[in-house]
Amino acid sequence: MQAEVSEREGTVSLEGKLDAGRLEDLAGICRELRRDIVKMIGTAGSGHPGGSLSCVEILVSLYFYKMRHRPDDPRWPGRDRFVLSKGHAAPALYAVLSRCGYFSRDELWKLRRLGGMLQGHPDSKRTPGVEISTGSLGQGLAAACGMALALRLDRSDSRVYCLIGDGESQEGQIWESSMLASHYCLDNLVAVIDLNGLQIDGACCEVMDLGDVSAKWRSFGWQVQEVDGHDLGQLCRALDLAGGDGLPCMIVARTVKGKGVSFMENNVSFHGKAPTPEEVERALAELGEG
Amino acid sequence: MEDRGSRHTRDAYAEALLELGEKNLRVVVMDADLASSTQTGKFRDRYPDRFFNCGVAEQNLMGTAAGLAAAGKVVFASTFAMFATGRAYDQVRNTIAYSDLNVKIVATHGGITVGEDGSSHQANEDIALMRVIPNMKVIVPADFFEAREAVKAAAELPGPVYVRLSRSKSPVIFDEGYAFDFGRARIMRPGRDLTIFSTGLMTWHCLLAAEELEKKGAQAEVVHLATVKPLDHAAVVDSVARTGRALSVEEHSVLGGLGGALAELLAERWPARLRRLGIPDVFGTSGTADELLEHFGLTAHHIARAAEELMEEKGVEAL
Repeated sequence: MQAEVSEREGTVSLEGKLDAGRLEDLAGICRELRRDIVKMIGTAGSGHPGGSLSCVEILVSLYFYKMRHRPDDPRWPGRDRFVLSKGHAAPALYAVLSRCGYFSRDELWKLRRLGGMLQGHPDSKRTPGVEISTGSLGQGLAAACGMALALRLDRSDSRVYCLIGDGESQEGQIWESSMLASHYCLDNLVAVIDLNGLQIDGACCEVMDLGDVSAKWRSFGWQVQEVDGHDLGQLCRALDLAGGDGLPCMIVARTVKGKGVSFMENNVSFHGKAPTPEEVERALAELGEG
Repeated sequence: MEDRGSRHTRDAYAEALLELGEKNLRVVVMDADLASSTQTGKFRDRYPDRFFNCGVAEQNLMGTAAGLAAAGKVVFASTFAMFATGRAYDQVRNTIAYSDLNVKIVATHGGITVGEDGSSHQANEDIALMRVIPNMKVIVPADFFEAREAVKAAAELPGPVYVRLSRSKSPVIFDEGYAFDFGRARIMRPGRDLTIFSTGLMTWHCLLAAEELEKKGAQAEVVHLATVKPLDHAAVVDSVARTGRALSVEEHSVLGGLGGALAELLAERWPARLRRLGIPDVFGTSGTADELLEHFGLTAHHIARAAEELMEEKGVEAL
């Protein structure tokens, strides 16, 4: 499905009616992006498949439904901003950006290669559509807060979206940013947490238990919504409801690490390991024809 | 040396910020609960809408500053040098400098002259830490007027800049009409027997040392390097080619700062005898700023003595 131009001129947002047909289209995009992600990381020989596959629906609901953006004019002042704070999910972002038209699909197969535009973690100086470089965990949410402050100073109605990880939330800076966002009433900031429950060393609850994530964000002064992070309808509706009431919004998205590939699902070993060529074939077979 | 009194470089910062704030609506200022020390509070009082306090959270200070800059603002982010460069190093490197963002980190309380607060607050490594980050520029002004002009110059420079200011007052060397020339060395007094390179408030002490040396018949050239990065390679080499000996003076570790930068440059471009004065590879200690400068051998008399030793060394000419 090609992205359509929405009522808001010049954007690829599909914001509007969410009927079954549209949701089915978005689901089709997700399936194709998952194939791209598996092929990219397999071709690169390294990367993070688990946390890339878990956030596909989140990114698709943003880039193909909610966000105002112009792939042919990445620095368009009226755009909504997206920050991938969990920068290791870069393959998912790259697949989305390429699909939107920010850069050629050929780049996907040069992921992590010397001279390629797609670095191991997002690099705003090299990749069109990447707002700010991320990769060292815990830092993207602060950058998103800064963007939200700047947009408010400029009286812009653009929003800032930020995706964080659950393992990432063990970084103290996430909570510094959380305080700042509510202190400055950043209701133009919407964050999503990809709650896939796993991190490199094992289950988050065993490595360093986050406890009640929703309660924590509520207690930090955020509006909190809980959704199934693979249910596009729930995600799109949550994004429609988010923001604008004086509070920053956190969408707690329960996801499955490695979603869509049976042998990667909930398998911590695929946090940061590339599939072998044989595994790529098996994964693509499971993900169906594109 | 004419006595022009002493003034705080952080007061100069506040003055520059007020001027910038009026001229340029894109200028925003951030602090981490030290606005009354760094003097960003004056900007806050004049332009409250463009001032953001992050609370005691320096990592978040730098990350949020990066986001503001990514959205088009010229951001001045301030706290003490220890926290700006130590606590928030990863944020400065990965979120600000890697994206080459327009964040001007103006840190006060650099160096040993922090004084009584002791070693936990004496950033003797900040120049070294900032100097090794790609895209980062490093400026250490000598006095009030240079600090004021350097801050205004930083606002015009693209990308990240680190400006190191002091807690203590700095003796005034320049005057109201001073023009800051980013990236350029300034020969404060010419000489033929050795070159004393200095940065920040140490330049005052070096000028006093040169007067002492003159009384003994030695002509020391004093070169002030306010811009530590990018270092003015041509001027440094030109001076050492004439004098043959170099002495570096800074209130910073002898590792990785101005002395380190000069050692790297001279070893490759003009091998010459170099002696580095600064804080040796030890932590600081409590005391007044003046006591500490004396303790670590950074007052005029010590500098002059080190220069004499350097000039007395045999066989240096053979280099």
